[in-house]
Amino acid sequence: MAWQGVIGLEVHAQLRTRSKIFCACPTTFGAAPNAHTCPVCLGHPGALPVLNERAVRLAVVAGLALDCAIATRSRFDRKNYFYPDLPKGYQITQVTAPLCTGGHLDVATAAGVVRGRIHHIHLEEDAGKSIHDASPAGTLVDLNRAGTPLIEIVGEPDLRSADDAVAWLRELRAILRHTGVCDGNMEEGSLRCDANVSVHRPNAPFGTRCEIKNLNSFRAVRDAIAHEIERQQAVIDAGGVVLQQTRLWDAERSRTLPMRSKEEAHDYRYFPEPDLLPLHVAPELVAELRAALPELPAARRARWSAAWGVPAAAAAVLCDEPVRADAFERALGAGPAADLAAAFALFVTGQVQAAHQRSARTDADVDAALPVLLDVCARWVQGRLTNKMLADVLQSAFGGDAALGAELERALAQVGAVVTDAGALAPTVDAVLAEHADQAARYRAGHTPVLGFFVGQVMRRLGGRGDAQAVQRLLQQRLDQ
Amino acid sequence: MLHAALSLPGAPAVMGVVETAHAIAAGAVRASDVAAAALARIDAFEGDLHAFLHVDRTGALAAAERVDADRRAGLPLGPLAGVPVHIKDMIAVAGMPLTAGSKMLAGWTPPLDATVVARLRAAGAVLIGKTNQDEFAMGSSNENSAFGPSRNPWDRTRVAGGSSGGAAAATAAGLGCGGLGTDTGGSVRQPAALCGVVGFKPTWGRVSRAGVVAFASSLDQVGTLTRSVADAAALYTAIAGSDPLDATSDPRPVADCAADLTEAKDLRGVRLGVPIEYLDAADGLDAGVRQRIEEALATLAQRGADVRRVSLPHVRFGIAAYYLVCTAEASANLQRYDGVRFGHRAALAPGATLDSLYATSRGEGFGPEVKRRILLGTFALSAGFHDAYYRKACQVRRLVHDDFARALRDCDALVGPTSPVCAWPLGAHAHDPLAMYLMDIFTVSANLAGLPALSVPAAPHPASALPVGLQFVGRAFDEASLLRVAHAFEAARGPCAWPAPAARSE
Repeated sequence: MAWQGVIGLEVHAQLRTRSKIFCACPTTFGAAPNAHTCPVCLGHPGALPVLNERAVRLAVVAGLALDCAIATRSRFDRKNYFYPDLPKGYQITQVTAPLCTGGHLDVATAAGVVRGRIHHIHLEEDAGKSIHDASPAGTLVDLNRAGTPLIEIVGEPDLRSADDAVAWLRELRAILRHTGVCDGNMEEGSLRCDANVSVHRPNAPFGTRCEIKNLNSFRAVRDAIAHEIERQQAVIDAGGVVLQQTRLWDAERSRTLPMRSKEEAHDYRYFPEPDLLPLHVAPELVAELRAALPELPAARRARWSAAWGVPAAAAAVLCDEPVRADAFERALGAGPAADLAAAFALFVTGQVQAAHQRSARTDADVDAALPVLLDVCARWVQGRLTNKMLADVLQSAFGGDAALGAELERALAQVGAVVTDAGALAPTVDAVLAEHADQAARYRAGHTPVLGFFVGQVMRRLGGRGDAQAVQRLLQQRLDQ
Repeated sequence: MLHAALSLPGAPAVMGVVETAHAIAAGAVRASDVAAAALARIDAFEGDLHAFLHVDRTGALAAAERVDADRRAGLPLGPLAGVPVHIKDMIAVAGMPLTAGSKMLAGWTPPLDATVVARLRAAGAVLIGKTNQDEFAMGSSNENSAFGPSRNPWDRTRVAGGSSGGAAAATAAGLGCGGLGTDTGGSVRQPAALCGVVGFKPTWGRVSRAGVVAFASSLDQVGTLTRSVADAAALYTAIAGSDPLDATSDPRPVADCAADLTEAKDLRGVRLGVPIEYLDAADGLDAGVRQRIEEALATLAQRGADVRRVSLPHVRFGIAAYYLVCTAEASANLQRYDGVRFGHRAALAPGATLDSLYATSRGEGFGPEVKRRILLGTFALSAGFHDAYYRKACQVRRLVHDDFARALRDCDALVGPTSPVCAWPLGAHAHDPLAMYLMDIFTVSANLAGLPALSVPAAPHPASALPVGLQFVGRAFDEASLLRVAHAFEAARGPCAWPAPAARSE
């Protein structure tokens, strides 16, 4: 029997607060090193933590969105270890009495719906950043991130493949974004993932797990888990045993490397944080936040599918980012344009996405241009723009300097109208037929695929602006004469 | 000359907080003369007492002159305007160096005032300096100060107590009107008892800890050292109350305890419980101290108090629980002193490892008692021992808390000795940490239970004439009642002769 992977993800999500979790320092990314620090997040003697209320509210929202139970009384603990980017020598976290417990997240995969249960969600502060390779003098420490509010979402080992894990994480990110809990930006570290991976034979107990750290992209999650499953299988197949370890993903060489073994694991000496009283969350607050919960991505996709027939894959891409999904809905409006929704979804996730990726334009620029893109899409669907014209419009507009919407308007005006009128097409059609009399003869002899050749020739001469069906109709007319 | 400025009609040689504030507000004396007098007394006696780690001459005189200018301008004066006070070196005063009695922090100056300091300043108090203490407040004799111990103003060969020994010595010697200390297991009350002054530790949560170096956060509380209960009430009223910078500070409003001390020093109807574990059944209680405490109980009864015996069955485990909880918390609180960002950093050869930076910096920076407690606390929290030590201590703490809650249902306050003995000779217990820990036997339980407690001088020891402290423990957040009872006792006891002998100028 084959080996099967067993995966549980631990996800750290940065909460979208303006200030840090225990002080008033800003959380904005990209400031000069150590600019966003104060006695509290520097761990000065005598400085005390004061809990950020917004962080608690966002953590509760995350718990509600993931069907967790919200503890009316939770508690903070100190996790003790020495490291230069941990100013107090301990991290304030929740170990014994976390804010949210239980819960689950279902994702649709090729093999059906996969349910990944959630063990708990807890609040904690982030550490700072050690930069080892910037100075020959030694390691540099930037404490801007120290004290940034995080939730850690601890998943149960319910996932069975790298693809499942990526799908689960992607859905989790969409939920955190839709609820405004986290911006989900993995490049900036707002969303970080560790994976616990083991292998077993189905129906046998789980194997020894390894924790893989440093997974800061979906690609890294997929590749690291796939490699780790293979590595563990190979170890066992070779007669060895998997050792409980923390391993680091090396994306450049596509391998996981041992970081520390179970024997080297820290003794964190947890105990209740005496500088913070137990956290009481009133049932009224939970009810208020529950009532204010926005539509979650799964519900939104289902609504799009039911109302507009938007294909699942396109809906999933659009609902990854609620700002994009909102802009999409706004562009469609409530009116007759909704008929176009399915085509527009495919258009945005297809041609538009491709053009966007080749350009340097921002998401916001593209989102703002969605109403004009809807017009472009409508013209294309209705045959008022040919494929070639569409490609020209997109290429020209995305390559322009002005806002995408304005560039699209300009490109549309420039590309002009499709040529459908038989009278206007006839000279070109006749010229092509005259030049390729031999091919015309082949057609008339019954070799009808030659028609495609003629269409291509005519279209080329018309610069892609001819209506393909009209051209074909006229060609057939002439050839069949 | 400077003393002459303080020789007001009917005033003692050394004025207290309330008297000084009244005299300055009334124009009977200038704040700058009071400050100069306090500094002159420091000049005269500090060499013998070593009560201070830092004296801010310039700042004190400037603050006093501002008070005088405000008064001349007819501006309203704060309730402590011009009162010279000292601050224990655990508490941050912006611009004054802070060491917490440790080489680890030598050279570090905090950027901000502790909340209690900001409140004293707002009330008009003049900050004269930082008082000596055991390193990181760990000690009962001041001998653990990295800068040498304070000496007892009643007998300079004896300890001032600890850890707020400098504050107690300064107060007894009349170096300032009083000051702030911190009390984790008796660190305000025990030196107050040994130096013959009033030491008051409010309820945990009543006074902000923001800006106060943490020793054991769930036990630490800022307290006052003064020469009278009325002075304690005045300082306490200025510093108490909730603080947005301390999430554990309590939101309940604070009564004006200074105004609340009634003139009628009557204790009729007041029920005072005497824990048998603190008197009749107490091991190691000095016979002379026992005698003075029993006399004090008789005085209280004469004033109308219903003095009765109570039992706190679990307090005999209090010391053991205390030394596990406080060391566990200290082991975490002191991790920030790692040589990376501030404080002492070992000079290491290039290429030294991070671990050696930690080990050497901490090895050099911390004294032996601090290291002992970090080791104890680290052990008590470590995997495999956590349940047997730290968790068990927390359970005992709960039982001690419940003992007090039960006793304080039927009593308005509990009363007994503060310290089992009077001030002992310097060096007597220096190599016996366990004997030293037992000096806290009567004081730690109030910290474990979070309750307000106060030590007030009883009559001096019958043999040595050294001060003896009487301790009252009250109900949580009812500091007002505790201060009233202590005030009544103080009035019945009669006046003490200030300053203490080692600081008399004759």
